[in-house]
Amino acid sequence: MFKRSDQDSRQSVHIFVDGAAIEAREGDTVSAALLVSGRDVRRATAVSGAPRLPYCMMGVCFDCLVTIDGIGNRQGCLVPVAEGMQIEIQKGKREIGR
Amino acid sequence: MNALPKRDGYDVVVVGAGPAGLAAAATAAEAGLSTLLLDENAGAGGQVWRAITSTPVTERGQLGADYWAGAKLVEAVRASGAEIIQRATVWSLDRNLEVGVSVGGASAFVGARRVILATGALERPFPIPGWTLPGVMTAGAAQTMLKSSGLVPDGRTVIAGQGPLLWLLAAQILRLGGRIDRILDTTERRNYLAALPHAFAFMTSPYFAKGLAMIREVRAKVPVVSGVTELAAAGDGQLASVSYAAGSRRETIPVELLLLHQGVVPNVNLAMAAGIEHRWDDLQLCWSPVLDGDGNTSIAGIAIAGDGAGIGGAAVAVIRGHIAARAAVETLTPAAAAKSASLATLKASLSQAERGRAFLDTLFRPARQFRIPSGDTIVCRCEEVTATDILDAVAIGATGPNQLKAYRRTGMGPCQGRLCGLTVTELMAQARDKTPQEIGYYRLRAPVKPITLAELASVPKTEADVQAVVRG
Repeated sequence: MFKRSDQDSRQSVHIFVDGAAIEAREGDTVSAALLVSGRDVRRATAVSGAPRLPYCMMGVCFDCLVTIDGIGNRQGCLVPVAEGMQIEIQKGKREIGR
Repeated sequence: MNALPKRDGYDVVVVGAGPAGLAAAATAAEAGLSTLLLDENAGAGGQVWRAITSTPVTERGQLGADYWAGAKLVEAVRASGAEIIQRATVWSLDRNLEVGVSVGGASAFVGARRVILATGALERPFPIPGWTLPGVMTAGAAQTMLKSSGLVPDGRTVIAGQGPLLWLLAAQILRLGGRIDRILDTTERRNYLAALPHAFAFMTSPYFAKGLAMIREVRAKVPVVSGVTELAAAGDGQLASVSYAAGSRRETIPVELLLLHQGVVPNVNLAMAAGIEHRWDDLQLCWSPVLDGDGNTSIAGIAIAGDGAGIGGAAVAVIRGHIAARAAVETLTPAAAAKSASLATLKASLSQAERGRAFLDTLFRPARQFRIPSGDTIVCRCEEVTATDILDAVAIGATGPNQLKAYRRTGMGPCQGRLCGLTVTELMAQARDKTPQEIGYYRLRAPVKPITLAELASVPKTEADVQAVVRG
């Protein structure tokens, strides 16, 4: 769906998506890193379980909700990646306590 | 940079570090006022200058001169002495000018003598069939990824809609080596005629030459279909095709990515939750705050600058930011005000910068069928409520957006109406034969962005705060 520009010389950052390592770049948001990873990163909505991907990428639509380092319902488009970050694709509602 | 505010109170708190917020914070701090600038993103710049201090796009011509124009203002704010906090989410503001802000999972309240809201704009909802499918995004979303991460579309891509941003995005994608298969232009043919009376002002504005050059650049490389009157996305759990109608032509195109755009509208959530009066704008088809010439709202001490005050674009936003801050400076530290540009000078440059806006607003007024959906088309993305669901609720007595919450939960999901509010208002107005002003909008309340109960409970409290709620 997306590819990186050749002129991007930012440093690599490694994050994990449901346990699998992917390469991101310093300054990527979690959502951008997921979208360019080529993996199936569709979440499932809390209401019907319909598959979704980020829509607005600017913090207003909440279709990028994702579990980051064990905390659910984070807006992936507002959180920059960090080395070793653990991402879980959220299927349905946030679980109580995480 | 990502810690809570250093002080309990400031002369001026500015919310949003886009063009208006940067200008306001710089003006206030340069006049010696203690100034706090709060912004939700990782870096300053707002949407139009997003990632201006960190973009991996180094070939400057690809983003354009209007983008790099923001760098000077970011420098000015950094040198001004304003306290700047990025990744700070403002979730509350009230008539006592108390600002609730969340940074890194902890919240605090800060007081202010003046608050300047520069929360900008968001893209107008574009509720067509299939707009919730993975693979459908806004044009702004693609532009955000392009600026901040140097990402461009590389599969079959269609851009649909209208307005200046659509052409700018298309040009930027092509310059960075991205792929666009087709542009579907939804501008209504009759709008060209309606906009004609405003054409002279537009043609003598800086927008004209820039816009024309950009459209030419894109048209040389991408087939453009004009006069599109129907649009639908389809696929099974993933976007697979886009169908459109233009005149007698109907076509279905296989596609991987669909980027939608039909203009931007003020981001009203924080202002409305503070209780600031808004009115329906019949030209821009959105809610705009009621403001005086200095940007002051119906609540004493709160001003709004930038696109949140009504869409005007980046150049206008900068001037409105200067005006709102300058007015604050005149009230709070009149001696300092005498040293900088007068309000009269600023207002003269504002009317100059606003030249051509009426033409753009009229030409790019989105068509009714793309604002007011029907049938199974989803209106509320969060709660997955369709147009038919809403019309059914109206038929059994729902009178406006607030009552509709009790019937269908529209606007009660995490986005708090940002992606459905305008659609719900217009849809209910049409169904009940009322004006949008009569139908009204959701009653918005803090927190305007979700925070956890644990975070709320951990907010620092004084003895008086505790006593106020203790029984007996």
